[in-house]
Amino acid sequence: MLGEKKPIIICRCNDVTIEDIINAVETGIDDFEVLRKYLKIGFGPCQGRSCLLLAARIFAKLTGRRIEEVISEYRVRPPIVPIPARVLLAGVIE
Amino acid sequence: MPHIDRRIYEHPIITFNRGKRVIFYFEGHPIEAYEGESVAVALYALGVDVFSWSPKFSRPRGPFCMIGKCSSCFMTINGVPNIKACKYPVREGLVVERQRGWGLLAKSSILEDYKPASSEKIETDVLVIGGGPAGLIAALTAANYDLNVVIVDEHFKLGGQLLKQTHKFFGNVELFGGLRGFQIAEELAKKIALEKRIRVLMSTIAYGVFRGGYVGVVGENAHYIIKPKALIIATGAQEKYLDFPNNDLPGVIGAGGAQTIMNEFGVKPGESALVVGSGNVGLIVAYQLLQAGVRVRAVIEILPEIGGWFIHAAKIRRYGIPILTRHTIKYVEGDVRVRKATIIAVDEKFNPLPGTEKEFDVDLVLLAIGLEPDSRLAIQAGAVVKYMPELGGFVPVRTRFLETTVKNMYIAGDISGIEEATAAMLEGKIASLAIVSRLVDTSRSSKALEEAEKVLKFLWEEYRASPLLLRAKRGKEAVTISINELEDLRKKFPSPVSFG
Repeated sequence: MLGEKKPIIICRCNDVTIEDIINAVETGIDDFEVLRKYLKIGFGPCQGRSCLLLAARIFAKLTGRRIEEVISEYRVRPPIVPIPARVLLAGVIE
Repeated sequence: MPHIDRRIYEHPIITFNRGKRVIFYFEGHPIEAYEGESVAVALYALGVDVFSWSPKFSRPRGPFCMIGKCSSCFMTINGVPNIKACKYPVREGLVVERQRGWGLLAKSSILEDYKPASSEKIETDVLVIGGGPAGLIAALTAANYDLNVVIVDEHFKLGGQLLKQTHKFFGNVELFGGLRGFQIAEELAKKIALEKRIRVLMSTIAYGVFRGGYVGVVGENAHYIIKPKALIIATGAQEKYLDFPNNDLPGVIGAGGAQTIMNEFGVKPGESALVVGSGNVGLIVAYQLLQAGVRVRAVIEILPEIGGWFIHAAKIRRYGIPILTRHTIKYVEGDVRVRKATIIAVDEKFNPLPGTEKEFDVDLVLLAIGLEPDSRLAIQAGAVVKYMPELGGFVPVRTRFLETTVKNMYIAGDISGIEEATAAMLEGKIASLAIVSRLVDTSRSSKALEEAEKVLKFLWEEYRASPLLLRAKRGKEAVTISINELEDLRKKFPSPVSFG
């Protein structure tokens, strides 16, 4: 626990807080994709299913833009869900 | 181990027929559970509120989505880390442990038993990803025209979110009018089981779409590479999350997550609840909490008006539950679980008004602030998508037959924009009939098209004609394009993948 502090968690997988996003914007990050890579938002096992839109909304508000402007470059890469190591052990299916 | 029994034994509308008693082990303690329960629910029923500790701050995390979309319930099961306990059925003798952060791959002794997954290549006519209302109707429709179908579903039971829907559906018999959601799931599952042309891969999930029209699917011990002539993505939706201090504390649960716990599995999600959001989901969950024996202190809504339908709001008001508009949640407090929630009034610009705080002693805060289409598989495949707030998030652009810009890749249900189960079933039928019309001989093809036109007409002109569904209807109109527009988009944004 963070003692008496009550953090606002945005990305539960990677424990990214709203403070992290505010600090990143103050550092000068003005691109949502850069922010995502910098803070690893949506890089956890849920792949942004909980946090992506919330993070985008907060980032849009902080940078004075509309949510659709900040997430237009959003990409999804496989695997889109965690896969068991057993599958990797099995190798390629011909 | 806490000694609590949260299982519901009496419920006004649901009879919970629990399966055979099994014993599994949780951090050394024998746990009594019933076949048909998930590991997460079986633990929660006995008072285990903390499912994991977060990776960086080691904060306790409890149930949240309960349908495999988030990561709060990752546990180590039989030595294998990072398993979604909400999607893992209880079995005699399982050894379950909680994780601090992401689990490590098992010790060498266990690794010796860690055999490679089985591998299988499958060719089929239609591949359906998601065994909810849209996917099941799509599969049955295609099988009815003698096509071979494979269904992939992450859960160990078919039905998707129908499993937790306890209200009676409207409409005629063909639309399952008069039946409750979980009864529809049962009916559909029975029909699927009788269909020799449908192969169901339970407890499996699609991890990607690849060049050549292959879809990768994994289960606990199996790997499938599936090559369908057409793909229907019916992956549903996930719950939206909200930012407030301590928003990750166990007891802050998605409204749908709570419905899964109480309606699908017959376990009380808590003793006393605050519901955030007064849309239909918030209002309905408040009523269902009462049916499950949970005290509901209030439903709060940040907007000046109640979001859901009058009929639902009136029902919970009759039970004396206040619906507080222009209120938001300020923070929640608690050590390992919510003990108290503080709300605050807001002005017309949604700024909190200091001095208007109210405290509630609750152990449950349910987030009913909307759903987001789970369109990730379609986006990964290269489908052109659009961000549509009225539909909940990113949705693929599609023809009225629900084909995306990826050739022979269709969508149906909440992935196409949030509505509800009846619309999902109709979309599943339309997408499937469109595929059928491409794959069968001419005479049956025209019959399928005729049938599709009838369903389309009903969906757009009758079902969606209700003024209550206007917002979603307009959203869907805005992302439905003509064949010519589809061809243009395909030229402009060529996908590396196609099917057929």
